[in-house]
Amino acid sequence: MPAATLEKKSKRGAFLSLAGVAAVLALVIVLENTLDPNRNIIVFTTLKKGAVYALVAVSMNLLNGFTGLFSLGHAGFMLLGGYAYAIFTIPSAQRESVYYMYDGSAINFSFPEFFSNLFGGSGAGGAAGMVLGMLIAIVIAGLVAALVAWLIGLPVLKLKSDYLAIATLGFAEIIRAIFQWEPGGRITNGANALKSFPTFNNFNITDAEGEIVLRLSTSVCFAISALCIFLIVLLINSSYGRAFKAIREDEVAAEAMGINLAKHKRLSFIISSFFAGVGGALFAMYVNQVQAKTFNSAMTYELLLIVVLGGMGSISGSAIAAFLYVACGEWWLRFLDSEAAFKSASDRWAFIIVLAAAAAALTALLLWRRKRQGARKFSELWTACLLGAVVLGYDIYYAASGSMEVPFLRTGFRMVVFSVIIMVVVLFFRRGLMGDKELPARLRELAAFIRRLAAKIRRPSAGGGKPGAAAGKEAGGDE
Amino acid sequence: MSENVLRIENLTMQFGGVVSVNGLSMEVNKGEFVALIGPNGAGKTTAFNCVTGVYQPTNGRIEFMGETIVRNHPQGRMARQYMGERATLYTSAYRGEDDPEALEAIEREGDGERRAQLRAQFDAEARERLESAKRRDPDALTNRVIAPTPDRITQLGIARTFQNIRLFSSLSVFDNVLIAKHMRARQNVFSATLRLNRREERRMREETMALLEEQDLARFKDEVAGSLPYGLQRRLEIARALATEPRLLLLDEPAAGMNPQETQELGEFIVKIKEKYELTVFMIEHHMDLVMQFCDRIYVIDFGKLICEGSPEAVRADRRVIDAYLGVVE
Repeated sequence: MPAATLEKKSKRGAFLSLAGVAAVLALVIVLENTLDPNRNIIVFTTLKKGAVYALVAVSMNLLNGFTGLFSLGHAGFMLLGGYAYAIFTIPSAQRESVYYMYDGSAINFSFPEFFSNLFGGSGAGGAAGMVLGMLIAIVIAGLVAALVAWLIGLPVLKLKSDYLAIATLGFAEIIRAIFQWEPGGRITNGANALKSFPTFNNFNITDAEGEIVLRLSTSVCFAISALCIFLIVLLINSSYGRAFKAIREDEVAAEAMGINLAKHKRLSFIISSFFAGVGGALFAMYVNQVQAKTFNSAMTYELLLIVVLGGMGSISGSAIAAFLYVACGEWWLRFLDSEAAFKSASDRWAFIIVLAAAAAALTALLLWRRKRQGARKFSELWTACLLGAVVLGYDIYYAASGSMEVPFLRTGFRMVVFSVIIMVVVLFFRRGLMGDKELPARLRELAAFIRRLAAKIRRPSAGGGKPGAAAGKEAGGDE
Repeated sequence: MSENVLRIENLTMQFGGVVSVNGLSMEVNKGEFVALIGPNGAGKTTAFNCVTGVYQPTNGRIEFMGETIVRNHPQGRMARQYMGERATLYTSAYRGEDDPEALEAIEREGDGERRAQLRAQFDAEARERLESAKRRDPDALTNRVIAPTPDRITQLGIARTFQNIRLFSSLSVFDNVLIAKHMRARQNVFSATLRLNRREERRMREETMALLEEQDLARFKDEVAGSLPYGLQRRLEIARALATEPRLLLLDEPAAGMNPQETQELGEFIVKIKEKYELTVFMIEHHMDLVMQFCDRIYVIDFGKLICEGSPEAVRADRRVIDAYLGVVE
């Protein structure tokens, strides 16, 4: 029975989650003001990009994971948001230089500038006006994306599953082409980038001399993203969220329960696009420029990957997967892209031994899995040794070659390792890191697993249960 | 005279060249427990799907509580392919003619005076039919089509269950019922997201809980609906339908896969909720003991056509029903 019982939503749980988010935010502020930003660029880049991707992935999950609409148009909506934000925030003094290919911009209105002048031009009032203008521009970015979503949602949402995915993917490509179109250059700057608009750095609090007193750039990015995700969570736990889940579960039954399919699908599509637009604005602020070619379908696939890795229908899964994905892509695996050499022969031999041990461990693991599945004969088992044999073979070859270069490391190897990691995750965690559960439930499961394990170690004979069953459950795989 | 809750007129559903339901007319009165039976493939579920808006019928009219909720006539390509009867009944081309053979018989009449007299009588009858059609439904002769979506039908007060259970199987039992309350809520997406609808949300939850307690499902409320045993899933589906606050409940084979004792309990359960919620129940069922014991009236269809109607005793004795179920000796 416990396996089938869903977690109860309690007030305490909600407060704990909020407290957790607040703690993370506080940590980011502390980090930002203690670490040297110039020497730790990669940390803050990762954090900002992670926060932006988390928001967009969660908004994509609202559509794909909670409403069951397989849509791949998110890069398009991010593009709309990014451009809307940039167009309405570039200060008029900079317009000339940004749009130099087109002799100036057709739109000469900047929200931050407008509010900044309204509140006194300079000083604290001007800064507050600037921030207000930026926030308004972010909301407008979302609204533009939502409006376009409403327009294309009318015909497109009649489609189902794969067809919807193809249509939305096509839409994103069309949007990208339109924004690169020359005749629209006085608005979109054609294929050139829009830049010089206010970014997260404008949230840093400075004194009269322009010295930074309190750094807030990363934490503001976090705060906006967290606020938006919070709103999405509220929506999902509301009556409308339940209606979305009903549509995901069974459209016919949902309709028979009085849920207007067209209306609710469109609602979900528009809300998801709104937050994708906001995410696009944040993305523009994070890269300091907007260019249509960055919002290609590869970006949508990245987001889809994050949603699938995190677990369809898990908000915390999407958020965590976004940070892990960005950190792996931008930071943790970077070293794989640059060639290196061992400093001493002992280092080299240590590497060779570790690689051989890894090959042996891999073979043992694969063999154990095969045996657990009931394979006994040599003909059934030998394929499990292949991978280990190849690695070991290379290891011996490398040991014999006498080269001091670290093997594999060169430009592009990062993507190979990255892809392998993703394949492993998808193979062993078939429903993503979180499945359709949220973080607290997963942590409880983990705690229970550790308790069981500890009990088994203390009384090895009394354990009884199959070790594989617990491990399989932990992996979230549905056998 | 008892009030019609549901009134089906000349309902025809044609898929390509297959006429699944053919000129079906029936009435369900307020407070009645009516069954629709027939051999496999007779068109029972298709008829249900036409009533609930899943299908748009090819021809026919459906009335709920005296109001036309579905009306259609063969159009476009279907107008040429149409194999059913009375294709013009709901179009502006309808002149009240009902029986072309009778008209031909009149034309063949040798005596001129008598022919004129019959013709006049025929025309008067046609006029009368025209008038009555207009009386019943002012839009009947205007080519206007009414084809609501299923959610609209549910809002009007017709709830249904499905032949193959269609629960939201990975959601909790509680959420399954709560979702049915969404339709009648007055919130909008902003008030719901920002939790400005607390009172309404609380009311929805309380009503759901009360309904679950009454259906004896309260102890399973946090379980995944798909993990419930079969009988409970059936009961949950009915509870979910009741949560939409219907006046007419359509049950599509509620006793499918149940043993005789469960079937008996189900029958008593349906009668109980029918009394309690002042419902009218219209049911498709294959378990004859259930139908014969509990239903007020029975409609029997075969190959999409109504073959018999009446009390359980009358239907049981009817030759056509026996033939339809057992086949005819050639």
